[in-house]
Amino acid sequence: MDMVLDLVARLGRATLSLIRAAGALALFAASGLSHIVRPPFYGRVFLSTFLETGFFSLPVVALTALFSGGVIALQSYTGFAQYHAQSAIAGIVVLAVTRELGPVLAGLMVAGRVGAAMAAQIGTMRVTDQIDALTTLSTNPMKYLVAPRLLAGLIALPLLVLVADILGVAGGFTVAVVKLGFSAPAYITATLNSLKTIDVTVGLVKAALFGFLIALMGCYYGYNSKGGAEGVGSATTAAVVAASIMLLAFDYLLTDLFFSQ
Amino acid sequence: MTGTTPKIRIRDLHKSFGTKKVLDGVSMDVAQGTSFVVIGGSGSGKSVLLRCILGLITPDSGIIEIDGENVLEAPEKRREKLRSEIGMLFQNAALFDSLTVWENVTFGLLALHKITRKNARGHAGTILAQVGLDPSVGDLYPSELSGGMQKRVGLARAIAAQPNILFFDEPTTGLDPIMGAVIDGLIVDCVKKLGSTAIAITHDMASAQRIGDEAAMLYKGKLIWQGPASSLMNSGNPYVDQFTHGRREGPISMELRR
Repeated sequence: MDMVLDLVARLGRATLSLIRAAGALALFAASGLSHIVRPPFYGRVFLSTFLETGFFSLPVVALTALFSGGVIALQSYTGFAQYHAQSAIAGIVVLAVTRELGPVLAGLMVAGRVGAAMAAQIGTMRVTDQIDALTTLSTNPMKYLVAPRLLAGLIALPLLVLVADILGVAGGFTVAVVKLGFSAPAYITATLNSLKTIDVTVGLVKAALFGFLIALMGCYYGYNSKGGAEGVGSATTAAVVAASIMLLAFDYLLTDLFFSQ
Repeated sequence: MTGTTPKIRIRDLHKSFGTKKVLDGVSMDVAQGTSFVVIGGSGSGKSVLLRCILGLITPDSGIIEIDGENVLEAPEKRREKLRSEIGMLFQNAALFDSLTVWENVTFGLLALHKITRKNARGHAGTILAQVGLDPSVGDLYPSELSGGMQKRVGLARAIAAQPNILFFDEPTTGLDPIMGAVIDGLIVDCVKKLGSTAIAITHDMASAQRIGDEAAMLYKGKLIWQGPASSLMNSGNPYVDQFTHGRREGPISMELRR
């Protein structure tokens, strides 16, 4: 009997702490969002974060997209050749890249790059009292540190995904034409025929949400980190892991929302 | 408000973290224009006390008044205003490492729109000179400075907005004795020049006597002694005597285990 009670108590405690954590995260997100629209605005912080998130992520996102597009073309060729359906490759590449690979791979790359950096930077500021120092210097840390990062994530990721879409399709095109012997004009025509506005739009909406989630996790874990270098390290890990999992979970939810009839 | 209203008045302040009582009924008055030193061992709640007054930590119960106004009951806007009149020098200076020294020094002034960004660089030079630093230091980043210089920049940042209250969290910790004396000298100069009321927390006795007019000792969350800083070394209180003379034997037993 005692064992059962103990088990229930543990389960209850775990549930409570999960709910508490979810509540704390929701409040943090709401506070961060509300500071985006209320002055003063810190344009300088926003610009530097935006540059770091958007511009400096370009190489890694571009390479990821290029190779993924190429792989999709190669893999679908191997599969479809058995049914003499090679002509569908262009469509498959466009669909896969704009709907899924663009936003998800760019998101995961940015989570590893920028989410981690945000958590490490804000976490270090926390454990070295720099966040408290902001408060004593008449500056709200949520407004100065968190709001500009959330906004930068929200805006930068769709732009990155647009680039990823184009380069992903280009990767597929290169492999199809150079390696698989497709004719370039035919491949381009097929690509344009299967390109749908809704696919690209939903991909960009996903990207905006992912960008927000990545920045939110980086800021949240950094902001609440404690205990010196080790604390900052685990905050960084937690931020990347949480952002990646939430990104994939929300990807499923949004796909279900927009594309399942 | 009468002339006898203390600048800072604290009554029966309590704060616990979990089951650990950090502040257990602290009451103290700091008169306008005096320097008040709080001594106490590591973990005695000194930092928490300062953070409560600053509003960085919300106490469980008690009263904190600045110029007779209860800070804890003031609306958020008013608390921000009150907070802007307090300058704080953090233990490890807590300089913003992504900003240059001059941006650090003028950060509060820029946030309050007291100066324009265009004039800030020049103004920072003036403030840096007050803490004995060459204006050219302004273009460096905090990581390029020595510990003593970081403390000076931290002090410059704390006094930049000419606050009427100054807090010092272990100003000499981590510095060699000479640099410690230099920083103490600067602190005394700045406090005098601004006519500010100051609270310093420290466990450096030489520093406590150099900075303080009044002194008090915090032990297990309570103020167990209060008196003039000059009598710190011969207070007659066995706890204070053991602490100030650094004796192993006495009423204070070090808790080495938690």
